Amino acid sequence: METDPVFFTDRSGRITSNPLLDQLPSYQSLLYRRKSSASSNKRRNSSRGRLGSSSSGKWGMSTFTRPLEKQKSQVTEQQPIRELAKPMAEKRRDKTQRLEEAQELSNWRQWRRSSRRYLRRLKDDTQEWLSSMKLWRGDIHLIEGMFGTGILSYFSFLRFLVVLNLIIFLIKFIFVMFPIIVAPYASGNITYNLNDAGVCSVYPSSARRGLVIFHEHITDLLSGGGFLEQTYLFYGFYKVDKIHFTNVTYNLALAYLLSTIAYLSLSLIWIVKRSARGFKRNLVQDEDRFQSFCNKIFAGWDFCITNENAARLKRSSLLYELRTDLEEERIKQKIADRTRKDKCRIYLIRLILNLFVIGVLAGCFYSIYIATVFSQEAQMTKVNFIVDLIYEYLPSIVITVANFITPLLFSVIINYEDYSPAFEIRFTLMRCVFMRLTSIAVLLFSLWSQITNCEKECVCGYNHLLYSCWETRVGQEMYKLTIFDFITIVAVTIFVEFPRKLLVKHCDCGLAKWWGQQEFAIPQNVLEIVYGQTICWIGTFFCPMLPAICTIKYFFIFYIKKVSLIKNCRPATRPFRASSSNFFFLGVLLIGLALACLPVTVSVAQINCSHACGPFVNFNTSWEVLPTTVSQLPSGAQNLLFALSSEAFAVSFFVVTCLAMFYVIALAGAHKRVINQLREQLAMEGRDKRFLIQKLCQAQRLSPVRSPVSKSQPRRGSRSSPSYHTSFSSNFNEGVFLAHSPPDSSTHV
Amino acid sequence: MGNKQTTFTDEQLEAFQDCTFFTRKEILRLHGRYRELAPHLVPLDYTNNPDIRVPLALIVTMPELKENPFRDRIVQTFSEDGQGNLSFNDFVDMFSALCETSPRDLKTIYAFKIYDFNRDNFICKDDLQQTLNLLTKGELTEDEVLLVCDKALEEADLDGDSKLSFSDFQNMISKAPDFLSNFHIRI
Repeated sequence: METDPVFFTDRSGRITSNPLLDQLPSYQSLLYRRKSSASSNKRRNSSRGRLGSSSSGKWGMSTFTRPLEKQKSQVTEQQPIRELAKPMAEKRRDKTQRLEEAQELSNWRQWRRSSRRYLRRLKDDTQEWLSSMKLWRGDIHLIEGMFGTGILSYFSFLRFLVVLNLIIFLIKFIFVMFPIIVAPYASGNITYNLNDAGVCSVYPSSARRGLVIFHEHITDLLSGGGFLEQTYLFYGFYKVDKIHFTNVTYNLALAYLLSTIAYLSLSLIWIVKRSARGFKRNLVQDEDRFQSFCNKIFAGWDFCITNENAARLKRSSLLYELRTDLEEERIKQKIADRTRKDKCRIYLIRLILNLFVIGVLAGCFYSIYIATVFSQEAQMTKVNFIVDLIYEYLPSIVITVANFITPLLFSVIINYEDYSPAFEIRFTLMRCVFMRLTSIAVLLFSLWSQITNCEKECVCGYNHLLYSCWETRVGQEMYKLTIFDFITIVAVTIFVEFPRKLLVKHCDCGLAKWWGQQEFAIPQNVLEIVYGQTICWIGTFFCPMLPAICTIKYFFIFYIKKVSLIKNCRPATRPFRASSSNFFFLGVLLIGLALACLPVTVSVAQINCSHACGPFVNFNTSWEVLPTTVSQLPSGAQNLLFALSSEAFAVSFFVVTCLAMFYVIALAGAHKRVINQLREQLAMEGRDKRFLIQKLCQAQRLSPVRSPVSKSQPRRGSRSSPSYHTSFSSNFNEGVFLAHSPPDSSTHV
Repeated sequence: MGNKQTTFTDEQLEAFQDCTFFTRKEILRLHGRYRELAPHLVPLDYTNNPDIRVPLALIVTMPELKENPFRDRIVQTFSEDGQGNLSFNDFVDMFSALCETSPRDLKTIYAFKIYDFNRDNFICKDDLQQTLNLLTKGELTEDEVLLVCDKALEEADLDGDSKLSFSDFQNMISKAPDFLSNFHIRI
């Protein structure tokens, strides 16, 4: 090492720094106490303690002299002992010390202290109990050890969806199904919706009559028709208006509508709460761009890995990432060096390819539309068992095929567009998300166009000849989509992934090597389950038992994916970071939720509800229940509700929200500016320090030793010197003497 | 539960609970794990604080540490003699500082200590190179290692002395999104 005028190191590399530096307050706060404090006891403390650091003077203060400690104990009181970076022995001593101090406090403070400790202990125990109750704790622990935290986030996301669906089902069950089931037993009197003799309220029964062949039951089960149609499963069964119990009347129509709004808002709040943590980190800046190397070196290794294979893979993925980063640096340089001609060529290529992508998407959407229309018409005529089933499932099949082909296409196209690697990944992902979620929208749009498409004029507001109960029909489509999604996942796992593994393991041909072992591609898997969840949200209005079906579906998917992961997959070479993945999952889920709200809102508010089935027979649209109920409330409540929904309130609320937002944005900007200023100041201070110490060393070397009489003075001074009271000049004097004393004494506190 | 009576006194368990992030059950489980490493060395009865230390070579055979490239440094950091021989207190301290509920600041301090190979309270370029070599098991070329270390120093060094002081390190870690989730050991 070149001779550094500032720092001295001895042979072994252990620090014997310049004694001046040892006296600097910032350095003192970093050192551990080498010798134990005077009041300590029998512990076999070695004379060499650990060198360590604590982050700020606040804790470091406790390494200073005893008189200061009493003062500072007020400050350290806030910090619980277990969060201090000290060895166990010192923590125990701190604890006894605090207990002693506590005796000196008043009774009120003592009680407060002990109650706080008790509450904290209670909180810890409760949290431990709750986490032991968590579903699949052992499985997720195992996965984390084998594959790290990236894939772990996928599985904990899956667990979150299981719980969410269960809660949604409970909401629907308690408010809609339970009163109907319980009514006969609780002496409730159900009033059904009046069947006026109009043409709109004709609802032919779809139950099969006569001798039913077995495979027709299977068709019914898979398509939600036949014997399943008039059950609790679908909207059409809930033809109840009000239930009159002994003292109270339960308005089921209102409950149906409100439970829909409740589950959508609950999902929104829960997702936002869950994503708040990751959102804060990712919102302002993508910090990783500014310190990607440091992140990988210091925070890159996943300490949870216990499996040798996984460790090897993690190492190679880190290597890959580092090399990719170096490559990105090179590409950035290349982009900066692009000539104008190159730029034109690249933009032209990008334009053409984007048009091509749009064309492909338009083609897919059009084929989904055609398939839906065809399927709806073909359901009127029955050919035979297999063909019928295919016609029923045609939209699902087309959607699945489209969603399988387009990601492959996108990942091929992106190679020609010459973006930086990080942007490539993100852009492909965005395209896939768009494709997945828009295909549902197209399906619903084509259904809507069928429902409101009458030959001449829609007498009932919808096509009552073909769709006497259109909500049930929509519910059936959602049901079919869910079932088919589940079947696809199971089939792909069993018939594609397992054979692939066998092929790669036992066959040595070029094809097997090129195909390679299955990688657990997190983004595609996440899109799959978000797609399923969006269907669940849309379908719950039309099919109240769909959340329960989805809960069971995700429950099985967890085990299927887990087995497939452990047996077949190796972790992806392009690792997916845990932090950004949480945000990505919840972001895509929010988009799905937003998309799901749209059809539900249109169905509730826009399209006329069926007059032949469902709880809203007496109303024109489902939304009308609310105004009718409000008009029956006492006038005080009515006025309040009218005021809340008036324009004046809405506008002023909007203005207040905008002001709050502007304030917060301005605050964030100000903080950022302050941080930049402090950063520059820190750099400047560092340079000042080194300059001054250099000057000091020069002065040391030049000036002779002063009289030894006053040696004792600075000794005493040095003991209390590492505090903030000494001025720089007294340090200067001491420094001159201390240069000749052994290094150890300079660290005496 | 006969074990509880003979391993630790209630007072000791309470002290552990206050000084670490573990509950009583977990402390007892940790004692079992500690004992597994050297059953002839470690007594069952800890009520009178025996002065026993398990050497480094045995501790790094634990499954939680076996695959970690920094296992030697971690154990050395938490040992009192700096050589990696852990007493039970140090053992519990180590896993407590690295557990899930341990706060970010505490983990930052210990991470700094772990990555500071020559214990001079700075992460100099040499420390960085050693860290990188341990991480990649020497699979990067010399040039790549130097380039990566240069870039890392460029990113994190604020006061311009071409090494990372604790405040540089802390500032950098506070902006590393994965640190908390990666820097924890489950036991």
